[in-house]
Amino acid sequence: MSTTAQPGPVSIPAPRSSTRTGQRSNFELYSWLFMRISGIVLIFLVLGHLVIMNLLDGGVQRINFAFVAGRWSSPFWQVWDLMMLWLAMLHGTNGMRTIINDYAERDQTRFWLKMLLYLAAAFTIILGTLVIFTFDPNIG
Amino acid sequence: MSVGTLYRGGEGMWTWVLHRITGVSVFFFLLVHVLDTALVRVSPEAYDLVIASYKTPIVNLLEVGLVGAVLYHALNGLRVILVDFWAKGPRYQRQMTWSIAAVWIVLMLPGTYFMLLHTIQAMFGSTA
Repeated sequence: MSTTAQPGPVSIPAPRSSTRTGQRSNFELYSWLFMRISGIVLIFLVLGHLVIMNLLDGGVQRINFAFVAGRWSSPFWQVWDLMMLWLAMLHGTNGMRTIINDYAERDQTRFWLKMLLYLAAAFTIILGTLVIFTFDPNIG
Repeated sequence: MSVGTLYRGGEGMWTWVLHRITGVSVFFFLLVHVLDTALVRVSPEAYDLVIASYKTPIVNLLEVGLVGAVLYHALNGLRVILVDFWAKGPRYQRQMTWSIAAVWIVLMLPGTYFMLLHTIQAMFGSTA
């Protein structure tokens, strides 16, 4: 047989290997698992937060600066709010990422929407974390 | 006639659509909520001023919507987890759909009443 390659009708160039060469990552698997684990934790954190803030003891009507100061004087509620902030933001950002991937069809659109999403998420997580850790009840 | 193989238009599709809508809504509220809470680093007056808007009748009503959205997302998320991880989950997914609908209504009825209690009393002047 001749060794000079004749491009015939059967020469399909390396099927299945054009875009993903070797390094398949498990990122989407971990993302799927994270949504379920964080979701279960958030059910307790967020529903507890909503019951305390909106239902118990006068609900939203009693919330003011002094109320926040009273809560964040306790490490328990600081940790609660910090965990809720991080888990909810990561859970929500990952959900938004999925939705962008589903509905934004042009690569450019997907890229910039996700950049905007990650920027907003990073800003919100950093701001919220700083607020919890640097809260000063005697401000002003 | 085959039953239970079509996804489109069934309960499965609508629970998924609602899961997305409630998820996106709660996400955008979360961004706003971290910003309004961050006002505690500005001054007590700034924080109290913005929180006062949460106590108005219309925003109070929106809070009921927020709680309803979060509660649905939580219950349906639990259902999704059971479908994924519980061996009998896929078989009972339809029963679980109607179960979470029932739980949602049972929790939202008193929840709505108590969340709006102050607004109802302020608007209709109940002193009883």
